[in-house]
Amino acid sequence: MDRVILHCDANSFYASCELVYRPALRGLPLAVCGSTEERHGIVLAATREAKKHGVKTAMVNWEARSVCPELIVVPPDYHLYIHFSQRLRHLYNEYTDRVEPFGLDECWLDISGRGIGLDDGVALASKLRYRAKEELGLTLSVGVSYNKVYAKLGSDMRKPDATTVISRVNYKDVAWPCPVDDMIGVGSRMLKKMKSRCIKTIGDLAVQSPEYMQVWLGKMGVILQRFAAGEDQTPVMRSHENSPIKSVGNSITAPRDMETLADVTCVLYIIADSVGARLREIGLRGKCISLMIRDSMLHCFGGQKTVDFYTNHAEEIVPVAMNILFTKGYNTILPFRSIGLSVGTLEPDTQPVQMDLFGQAKKREQLNQLHQAIDGIRSRFGERAIERGTSLANPVFNAIIPKTDHVIHPVGFLR
Amino acid sequence: MSQSRRERYAEKIFVSVLSVTKPDGNIVPMKLIWEDGRSWDIDKVLDVRPGVARKAGGEGIRYLCRIGRHERELWYSHGQWFVEGASIL
Repeated sequence: MDRVILHCDANSFYASCELVYRPALRGLPLAVCGSTEERHGIVLAATREAKKHGVKTAMVNWEARSVCPELIVVPPDYHLYIHFSQRLRHLYNEYTDRVEPFGLDECWLDISGRGIGLDDGVALASKLRYRAKEELGLTLSVGVSYNKVYAKLGSDMRKPDATTVISRVNYKDVAWPCPVDDMIGVGSRMLKKMKSRCIKTIGDLAVQSPEYMQVWLGKMGVILQRFAAGEDQTPVMRSHENSPIKSVGNSITAPRDMETLADVTCVLYIIADSVGARLREIGLRGKCISLMIRDSMLHCFGGQKTVDFYTNHAEEIVPVAMNILFTKGYNTILPFRSIGLSVGTLEPDTQPVQMDLFGQAKKREQLNQLHQAIDGIRSRFGERAIERGTSLANPVFNAIIPKTDHVIHPVGFLR
Repeated sequence: MSQSRRERYAEKIFVSVLSVTKPDGNIVPMKLIWEDGRSWDIDKVLDVRPGVARKAGGEGIRYLCRIGRHERELWYSHGQWFVEGASIL
């Protein structure tokens, strides 16, 4: 029996949420943009009217203003978007408990069951679209199909407020002519590879033999080929199922470029403190530390290192990060714009630890107690109650509190 | 952008409401009290559902109420009650 899967995507989500609360701006070109002063100045979402003028998501603010001078710019209000996102999920949960969120504005719904076909999916899609419009003032694009990949593809096809069905009958006409990078899992780098072998559409990819894909791209190749052919079997998670956490990380675009080693150390400690605190909060520690750096010309580089101990302390994470920084050849001329740090290969911090001859484990135990005390002080008196000397020396960077300021991004689809 | 394409919008007026909270947690508005002290009894709640206030902006629980011979919409959102004023534009 075929599954019936819906993918619901709220159109220009951030911008639509803003319009619900600012009806006077309806019909005008509006964009939700990060602040230029804090150097997050890109378009996060734009209304249809703004898009008509050529405003695109992820454009830099001045670029957006130059293509659309009358553009109305509003700052993002994440609490509002999270509120709307929760309301949407409540709505979906009324119909099925198999609701898997993908970011704030997208969800997969699995309504399969005995005697339920794609027609029922379409009926539900109309109902959801109507209710979202009436109750929340948001429009949805819904894709209805028998697998998650096609459902997502369908929801991207017609916007706004539309339903697209991709069935076993019409998938060759609807899904296959689409460019291959419309499919989830194919990004810019994969697209380049695909183009080099003349795979331009989803259909081109679907007809490749799995053996060929295996030899060419490895495991990933076979998965993508199956996705394209509509043979994806990944389940839609149930609402109460939380996928296990695989890594914890933070990244910061600093208010000004980091030019000296002291700047970098300071920011690294701020991030590592936040990552460490979040790890301790959920009772985990990790041993694979990865670092991502972007310089002022927006070049990225990064690396990761697995150490032989598990940790959730900034004092141990930062030296490893520094080590990565100096062992990976990086461009020393340009100052850094942003730094990201994450800790993976996690285990519960209640796991027993093998003691060693040189007292490292004992030191770690002392660090543990120290951090417990610091976390206690911070939870009672606020993040600012106790601070590091390194960060006090740099008030500009010290203004960032990644732990409380951080925003949740969608987890990767290919886990 | 031409004015004609913009939908009509209205002022959002926060009001005092006398209400009863039922044992199941449902809230039933009983009386609407205007800023200047005038008040009206809500004769009947005709419909309750989540809804958007399209003209005034905002969303919450929308109560369709009968006040005398009129039907009026009343919203309950984040602990406050509001109504839509007369349309502007």
